[in-house]
Amino acid sequence: MAHAKPDETINPIGPQEHREGPDAKELKRRELIVNMGPQHPSTHGVLRVILELEGETVVNATPVLGYLHRCFEKICESWTYVQIVPFCDRNDYVAAMLDEHAMCLAIERLMDLEVPERAEYIRVIVTELNRIASHLLWLGTFGLDLGAVTPFLYAFRDRELIIDLFQRLTGARLFYSYLRIGGVRNDLPDGFLKELEDFLDYLDRVMGEYDALLTNNPIFVARTRGVGVLRPEDALRSSASGPFLRASGVRWDLRKNRPYSIYNRFDFEVPVGTSGDCYDRYLVRLGEIRQSSRIIYQALRDIPDGPVRADVPKVIKPPEGRGYSRIESPRGELGVYLVSDGSATPYRVYWRAPSFYNLQLLPAISRGYRMADMTAIIGSIDIVLGEIDR
Amino acid sequence: MTTTELLWDALAKVALILAFISLNALFLIWAERKVSGFIQRRLGPVRVGRPHGFLQTIADVIKLLSKEDVVPGPADRLLFILAPVVFFLPAVLVYVVVPIGPRAVISDLNIGILYVIAVTSVGVLSIFMAGWGSNNKWALLGSMRAAAALIAYEVPVVLSVIGVIMLAGSLSLQDVIRAQDGLWFILLQPLGFMVYIIGSLAELSRIPFDLNEAESELVAGFNVEYSGLRWALFFLVEYSNIVVVSAVGTALFLGGWRGPFLPPVVWFLLKTYLLVFVIMWIRWTLPRLRIDQLTGLAWKFLIPVALVNIGITGLILL
Repeated sequence: MAHAKPDETINPIGPQEHREGPDAKELKRRELIVNMGPQHPSTHGVLRVILELEGETVVNATPVLGYLHRCFEKICESWTYVQIVPFCDRNDYVAAMLDEHAMCLAIERLMDLEVPERAEYIRVIVTELNRIASHLLWLGTFGLDLGAVTPFLYAFRDRELIIDLFQRLTGARLFYSYLRIGGVRNDLPDGFLKELEDFLDYLDRVMGEYDALLTNNPIFVARTRGVGVLRPEDALRSSASGPFLRASGVRWDLRKNRPYSIYNRFDFEVPVGTSGDCYDRYLVRLGEIRQSSRIIYQALRDIPDGPVRADVPKVIKPPEGRGYSRIESPRGELGVYLVSDGSATPYRVYWRAPSFYNLQLLPAISRGYRMADMTAIIGSIDIVLGEIDR
Repeated sequence: MTTTELLWDALAKVALILAFISLNALFLIWAERKVSGFIQRRLGPVRVGRPHGFLQTIADVIKLLSKEDVVPGPADRLLFILAPVVFFLPAVLVYVVVPIGPRAVISDLNIGILYVIAVTSVGVLSIFMAGWGSNNKWALLGSMRAAAALIAYEVPVVLSVIGVIMLAGSLSLQDVIRAQDGLWFILLQPLGFMVYIIGSLAELSRIPFDLNEAESELVAGFNVEYSGLRWALFFLVEYSNIVVVSAVGTALFLGGWRGPFLPPVVWFLLKTYLLVFVIMWIRWTLPRLRIDQLTGLAWKFLIPVALVNIGITGLILL
């Protein structure tokens, strides 16, 4: 498709042009260019997508980024390592524990630091719990994108319980500042594990409600089946990751394929899809909620006693060097690249935000579908603008 | 009656209808919030007017009335201003034939059903006026969808009603109710009732058919540029139409005002609001269809089903 010249971007349809009296010779076919966002209910933050429409069919969709840019990486270069960890929370703000985990792992790798056993288990528990919370939030908003309002409130009801648990553990509800270099900030409060187990039992019971409202709903299936199909080769070529990739049938989960922390000790499966459409992405995430719950059950069973933080110097100065560490965030491969010059502040920080790479595929998977499918497709990528714009 | 008396009579009836529409909207908007709240494990409004925030809608109306009257610069002023009025008129007119009791009807037209169908189909015109006149791309998309959907769904609704007309042998709503002596037409015409309810949901543009508004896709669809009083008018009519659809459905399929013990008017309102509740229940449970699925459902499923229904009815009558 030829790109529109500047003078052609004006909407040709409208009463004003009509009143001036159209010259029949000048009438020609043009795509309707619609600006979706940055203020739009279904762009999950401040994403802007420029849509070129032919009737209701999407000819092209171009994402425009940067509305939430706040110089995360540059600011990190002037802060100490200890200060950076809580700052990471602001990237993927619906799964802040995983942001902290990624950064802590990178710094610990540079310092060659051993994390106590109990701290590793606590880290697994809180990150998997956060993954469930993140997927529940996604589930609710995805339903909302398709016009189903009620699953949204059901998902929030359950996510609220996780947030309450986190509040009890860390005092915060969204930006936890809980993971520390070499461990976690504090041990689990009394009775926390019991409450957690009660919650997981409850979650197992209510998952059926989502199946009833969405999974088996013919309208929901009709809206998501065969929509936004992503072929595995395209996904791999654009370095997509996470549930977005797995829905296309590629079994790639860093927890399984490149185990970090203590993930090799747990028995869990990696749900994958077959067709790579929106419905498969939904099923994969739903499956991941169940698998995360399985991991937490095992962690609850095996968690040892002991210290929750290694002996770490007050001022952290990793030796000169560079390192990359990556974890499986709810959105995909979350990587942190650190360059240390031996001082208390990093020389360079790079944040590989999975949604940024996944979002690149938006034009490819939305061409040819209906305008109404756009919300389903954008929703199914599961983007968080906080980490895309950084 | 003299001309003056006729005039006063007509004015009184119009005032009655307007009062009903307003009070009904006040009640239904509150009820919808409560119903959705309870379905979603919330309480709904509880602050304004205890118990249960029953004054919430009145507070909202006051807010809407006190808003600035905005007409966007690029809009087609005439169409933009006229659209809500054109939307409002058929909503008032249609109440003329709604029979709430054996004698409680403003005018028992002998072509009542035809009248209802004809009057309600004017609504799509105003939606298109609003969408076009706003000169906004989202509104335009919304109104195009509305035009496609409403035209598609008028056909099955009309067809579904034909079965009832065949059984009753009359186009008058009162005659239809009288014909349901003992056996309601929902039992004789289950297919017809199903098609009528689905088609009406689409004509009301409510989830799963609320494509012309589609909050999460088109922001607000055809009424995105409207605010204050004009927007309130759209909202008012929307809730008035829910009652109209339910009331006509009650008259056609649920035996109208028939029922034991209670007075006919009470029976009629009970059945009507039961249908209203069902419509709300559906809205807060289902996702939204896509435009091609929506029209596909009408042309490929509802219309054949309605035709089969007519065929079966005809065979039985023979």
